[in-house]
Formats: sequence, structure tokens, C-alpha cells
Amino acid sequence: MLRVETLSIRFRRSASPRPAVSGVSFSVGAGQSVALVGESGSGKTLTCRSILGILPRGAEVCGGSVRFGCKKAGEVDLLTLSRSGLRAIRGSQISMIFQEPMSALSPLHTIGAQTAEVLRLHGNASRSQARAECLAMFERVGFPDPERAYRSYPFQLSGGLRQRAMIAMAMVGRPRLLIADEPTTALDVTLQAQVLALIKTLQAETGMAVLMVTHDLGVVANMADAVVVLRAGRVMESGACADVLGRPLHGYTRKLMAAAPMIPDYPEVAPEAAVSPTDAATATAPVDAILEFHGVAKTFERGASRVRALAGIDLRVRRGETLAIVGESGSGKTTLARLAMLADRPDPGARILFRPAAGAEAVDLSAQPPDALLDYRRRAQMVFQDPYASLSPRMTVGSIIGEPLTIHGVCDADERHRRVRALMARVGLDPAWATRYPHAFSGGQRQRIGIARALALDPMLLICDEPTSALDVSVQAQVLDLLESIKERLGLSLMFISHDLAVVARLADRVVVMRAGQVVEQAPPAVLFSAPVHPYTQALIAASPEPDVNRPIDIRKVALGAGAPDLWPAAFRPTPDGPPPLVEVAPGHFVRRAA
Amino acid sequence: MLRFILRRLLIMIPTLIVVSMLIFVVINLPPGDFLSNQIAELRATGQEAGLAKAEFLRHEYALDRPLAEQYLIWIGVWPGPSGFNGLLQGDLGWSFEFGKPVAEVVGETLWFTVILNFAAVLFVYLVSFPLGALAAIRANSWVDYLAAAVGYIGLATPNFLLALILLYYGQKWLGLPIGGLVDPRYENEPMSLAKLGSILHHLIIPTIVIGLSGTAAMVRRLRANLLDELGKPYVVTAKAKGVPPVRRLTRYPLRMALNPFVSDIGSLLPSMVSGSVLISVVLSLPTIGPALLEALRAQDQFLAGFILMFISLLVLVGMLISDILLALLDPRIRLTKRSRS
Repeated sequence: MLRVETLSIRFRRSASPRPAVSGVSFSVGAGQSVALVGESGSGKTLTCRSILGILPRGAEVCGGSVRFGCKKAGEVDLLTLSRSGLRAIRGSQISMIFQEPMSALSPLHTIGAQTAEVLRLHGNASRSQARAECLAMFERVGFPDPERAYRSYPFQLSGGLRQRAMIAMAMVGRPRLLIADEPTTALDVTLQAQVLALIKTLQAETGMAVLMVTHDLGVVANMADAVVVLRAGRVMESGACADVLGRPLHGYTRKLMAAAPMIPDYPEVAPEAAVSPTDAATATAPVDAILEFHGVAKTFERGASRVRALAGIDLRVRRGETLAIVGESGSGKTTLARLAMLADRPDPGARILFRPAAGAEAVDLSAQPPDALLDYRRRAQMVFQDPYASLSPRMTVGSIIGEPLTIHGVCDADERHRRVRALMARVGLDPAWATRYPHAFSGGQRQRIGIARALALDPMLLICDEPTSALDVSVQAQVLDLLESIKERLGLSLMFISHDLAVVARLADRVVVMRAGQVVEQAPPAVLFSAPVHPYTQALIAASPEPDVNRPIDIRKVALGAGAPDLWPAAFRPTPDGPPPLVEVAPGHFVRRAA
Repeated sequence: MLRFILRRLLIMIPTLIVVSMLIFVVINLPPGDFLSNQIAELRATGQEAGLAKAEFLRHEYALDRPLAEQYLIWIGVWPGPSGFNGLLQGDLGWSFEFGKPVAEVVGETLWFTVILNFAAVLFVYLVSFPLGALAAIRANSWVDYLAAAVGYIGLATPNFLLALILLYYGQKWLGLPIGGLVDPRYENEPMSLAKLGSILHHLIIPTIVIGLSGTAAMVRRLRANLLDELGKPYVVTAKAKGVPPVRRLTRYPLRMALNPFVSDIGSLLPSMVSGSVLISVVLSLPTIGPALLEALRAQDQFLAGFILMFISLLVLVGMLISDILLALLDPRIRLTKRSRS
């Protein structure tokens, strides 16, 4: 139905003569799902945009053809089709779902108006007809109250509902081909699982073809019949999904597969055996915790309403361990990180204890006046999520890394230069680059700069807030390696915050699962991933897509655990007096449930 | 929405009170007042005859009382020598400079000012909107460059010079009248269609001159806003839905780019009133501007005070209008406001 042949796209004012996409060919049959896979800059988005003729400014097709089996006119070349001809196809025969529903939907129009517009433009439907069809589609994509959704503006909906609205908008014209450009990348895993399932069922119902663009091999395995692997604008490998993912032939595909974060297969161990002797020992002996949270809560006041971001957190970060905090957006994990940095103060009554050395007197940080925290701030450092936004574009890399040394007056200028160079070498950057500015570096390199800056003051505790979520998988793997080796070499304690279970699985000594401001389960990864107890943890694990066609996402499990707490088995449900307590079901394994 | 407007109207009251205090204090900052200056001058020139009258006026208008009391009398919440008669009672006071009541001095010019500035604002919006939109859509084309050139000329040329040039060529080529706001024939006649026509005829050049620099700035701003919006993902979405070009533009990015455009109304009004002083002098327009200049120079405090109050009111009304329009235009503003109140 769609045949892309030797498609090439280049940027008009680009310095390099090499096109951004060159000689890409693939085809999508009716009712088939094809995935374009690649890392950022591979040209996957350009390719799918050229099909609809919505390339960004400056990009132009410089060769090839895109043949589409049109319903009326037979086969046409979309690249040479007249503008009005193309407009007639857009939205009615081929439609598209975008990555960021918030920015891809107009903020000034209701969801209903934007969706109905598709029908009004193409279907010659009357106003009331269009409305009725939209409402039916809203119901189909899972809006609890279609009438209300119709009247809502995008900013009034949650991220998941917004993406559902986007899907409804793309589906309402009953297209024969749906192009989905990273449709779930901006969503939490459990939402991703549900949205993917939704696209799949809609596809089964209507028989449309799906062209999916993604960087996530796990998504591919769950969705696609065929895969096209792109790198730097060229097809590296293509074929049936089971073949490409099961027996990758090209080296790049193998590299992608190897870098894809996966929850490792832990043998089904008895919980007792999973707890190592040292764990058992520390469970009884007094634990040497570098940082302790006791009864920490945080409430934000937004006008008249109060939002409880955290409630009753009791946690210990042991010296030298990596404690991973996992949760979806809104679970309070970033709030916890900010409290750990004392960037925010917890609600009164909480204690955050810091023990500078084993056996030393613990200091209650939350009771300290701001200027007494200076010493703590030297010893606890943070690595931020977005390496693009967290580095000042007007400072050289050398001065960014050296700034903590200046602020704390640690050493003179010569010594500072020496240390900056040493730090850069340590994180794998060429010290000669110290005079360059951040824009000259790639995302992974920038995150290395961020790590070097955090290490400048010889901290004891590193708090990493989603340090790799803005990076490509292969780069992510490198950054994780770096963090791991630094932690080993410097004997750091790590608080690692992430939404990604697979990342956590490879790094953590202990994992804490958070939901809605509370810890729901806590265990070493081997136990947590092999024998999760809490339904929410089970849903999180089930929702993580794996690049293996034989292990699809169990959508029922996801829907059960990620839904409202009322759906959970009775033992886990909150009672009228509050949530159930955190119970130790096995040594080192805590679950929030009725005892 | 109604509650929102009502609340905004209520907020205007304390704002106006504070503004009036500031105005009164600032006007009275220089030592002395109009009458004490006059008395000193009369003494110096030996014209003792006028002294008694000046002293009488000084007492009559309570200028011999403490500043706070003077202020309260001016506002009309404190009994003056002849009872309560301040701004609240509609008594605008006496203009010493012109020797008549302020209401009489200001009277017609007030309306001319409002009309002129309204016309200028209208001109700004009518011209800059299509020009700015066109400049953004056809960015880096001849339309864009032309708009930029016109804009920079408008910004860079001194207004009074532009006024003189336009007057000369307007008269020479188009036969537009020179100076004034109405043909001398209609000067003292009651309002009629012919008089209105004459006023509109006379308004053309002042409107262009006063509005041009505002237009230039507005064109640049709208162009920048729209250019930003045109690259936004929701425009691509509209394109992917198959929305035709013109509808795509007017329905989506143009509406977004309108926001800063609308919020400028409030600040546009006062800048035009104060900016048009020089032009009013050059074009001999009977606006409030020259009177304000004169009043401030001579420390004619009631006249200056009233004119400044009037301009402040204009600002507040402008702000109110732009806020209401913004709320109507942008559901994000409208709906978050409501949930907060």
C-alpha cells in the first residue's frame, strides 16, 4: 500500500553535502505494522514526515519516490502530488500521531473542535454528525467521559488522556495508514503499555496499516510485523520483526540490542536465598547509613489547594550502596531528590539525618540553618536530568566543572585547572576541551560534564535524577558504565532516581518503588524483579517492553496494577484510616500491605 | 467572567487613589506654587494691585494649607473654603494659568484627544496586523524587507519632522488640510455631519504621524511572535490533518500570536498621549498635550493634576480592556483564573 523507494532528504543549508536520509526503501502492506528504528539523528522522523509532506523548514526531498495506494485515484506518488491532492489524503487516508501531545495539540481549541475539524474538512460531515462520530471515537480510545473531553482544552487533561485525544484525532478520519512518531516516548511505562495496546486493538478493528517510528526496541517487539533499522539516514537492516530482533545480522542492530536496557532474567529464587549473608548481617546489626529519612513528608501549596507530594517516607541510603528510587511521573521521586539535597525543606516533624563517616554522630539536616548546610552541600552532589538545560551555554566547560571549587574556595586557580583536567580525564573527556562551550558537545558528553562537575568537590553522596532519560540507548549504556565505575573507584554512595526499571536493574543494590508519594515496595533487584509482591510493582515490571517478540506486554497485569488502588487485591488497598503499613515480607523485602 | 471584570474594576479604585497621591506629591515637589510664584513676581515688579487678588485666590483654593489637606480637598473628601468640591464632586478646580475653570480649559480638547488617540491606536492595529502577519509568513522575502524598511523609517525619523514632511506633501499632492482638528468654518458650530467629515479629514495626518512608530514596533513584534508560532508542532499537526493553508494560519498560530498584541493595548494608550505632545504643537492640534506641558511648566497644579489623572485612567481602562480580551482569546488564562478565584 505504501512503497518508499530510494528516498533521500537533505537540509538545504547544511554544511555537509551528505543527505540526512539517503536511499531509504521500505514498504508497508495493508493492515501491516512496520517500525522504523534508530537513534536520534538517524533520519527516522524525517522519513515519515516526508510521506505526508510535512518536512521541517530547510529540509527537502532530493530523490526517490513515495507511492501510496490511494482509495480513489489508485497509486500516486505523494512527493509529486499536487498540494490540494496531498491535502485530501492528509488526515483522511494517512494520519499521524506525534510524540508530544501537549505541544502537538493547539492550546486554544477544545479537543472536540480539533478532532471534529478532521471530519468537517474531509468527510463532508455535518456539524452534529461530526460531533457524534468524535464522541464515539473518544469513547473508543478510553475517555471516561467523552462529553467532557469534547469540551476540554488540552491543558486540562493528563498526559495519557492527551495522547488518547491525539490518537482519536488521528483515527476519527478512518485512515488506511497511521504514522506514529514516537507515540509513547513522553509517557510513563504503564501508560505506554496501555496506549500501545490501544493502537493495536484499533488496528485490528479497522485493518489499517501502522508505520511506527521509535527508538525503543521493546516497543518494536510488541508492535511491529516488520522492522527497518536506520542509522545516519541509511537502512542498516530490515526484515520481519522476529528475524531482525531474534537473529540480528548487522553489527549495528546487534549493538542496539546489546545496549537496550533490559530487566535481566533473575532465576526464581526463594526470597530468603536472595538476601546475601551481608544483607542478613546488616539487617540485624546497626546499619551504617550515610543518609536517613525519617517520617519525611512534603506538601506543596498551590493557591488554596494543597498537594501532598510525599508522605511518611522512611529510607536509608547505606554507605557505599546504590539506592534506586523508581516511580512514574507524579510519584514524588524528584521531590525526594530535592529534599535529599536540602534544596527544599520537608514538612515540619521530619528528620533527615546525615552521617559523615561510619560511626560518626548523625546530623539532622532539616533542623540546620541554611548556612550550616554548606559542609553537607560539599559532600552531596547532584547529577541532573537534562544535560542540555543544566549547563550554562555561556560558560566554558572548564569553568562549569571548576565552579564548585571556586564557590567553596577550595584551591587557587592553578590547582583548579589541574583538578578540572583530572576530572575531565576521569569522566572520559579530553582535557584539552576545557575551553569549549557546552553546545559543542553531544548529549552523552554533556552528561559527562555534569558528572565531572558533581565530582569536583570529592562528594561522598551522589544524587542522580534521571541522568540518562534524555539520552539515546547506546549513550545511556556508556553513561551508566561511567557512573558505576566512578562509584566503585571513589567509594561513593548513590541515590539513583529513575522511571526506568531496566536501568535500575543493572545499577542498584536496593530498589525502592514509589507511587503517589509513598514507598510501595522495597527490595534488592534480584528479589524485586523475580518475585514482586505489590500489584503496582508487578504492573511496572509487566509494562516494561522487552525486545523479544515472544514476550509481549501483559496488558491485563498492567491495567490492574497501574489503575486505581480500588482494583488491587484487598490487602493492598488503602483503608479509611490511611494506607496499609510497610511490612517486611522477607528479610530486606518490604511491601506496603495489610500485615 | 463577570466576576473577573467586577474584581478588576474594584482593584482600579485603590490604584487610582495611589496614583492620585503620587501625582499630587510630584506636582508639588518643586518649591512654591503657581500663586506664590506670581506673588513673588508681582512684588518684584511692584504691582501691588494684583497682590490682593492673588492672596485671595491662594486662600480660596486652600493653597495656604498643609499639603495633605490640600490633597484631600482636591480629591473632595475634606471641606475646602467653599465646602466639598473636589474631583469626586465633579469640580476639577481652577486653572490659574488660563484663568478659567479646568473643565473649561480641558473640555473639548479632552474629547479630541480621545478621538485622536483612538484613531491612532486603530491605525496601529489595522496596519500592523496584516503587515506583521505577512512579514512572518513570507519571512525573508521582499514583503518582509519592505515592512522592515517602513518600520525602521517610522521608528528612526523624529515624529515632528515626519509631521512637517507629511503636511507639506499631503497638502501639495492630496490637498489635505494643514493644522488644526477642524475647518475654521465649523469652529464654533454644533456637531454636524459636515463637521464630523472635516474632523476626520483633519485626523488623517496626525493619526499617521502619531501611530507610525507604534506601528513599526508592533509589526516587528507580531512578526517575531508569529514566526515563533509557525514552527510549533501543533501547526504541523494541523497540516497533517489536511487543513488548507489560509485556514491553518488564521485558526492556529495567528490566534496564539495575538496574545502579546492584545496585551499591548494598555501600554499603547498612554505612550501615545504623551508622545503626541510635540506633534500637537507642530500641527497645532487642540489636544490635551500642549495644555499639560504648559500646566506643568507653570505649576498650574489643578490643571496638571487632572490631566495626569485622566491619562492614568486611560491606562487602567486600556489594561482592563486588554485583560478582558486576553481572557476571551485564551482559554488557559480564562480557565486557570476561574479555578483560582
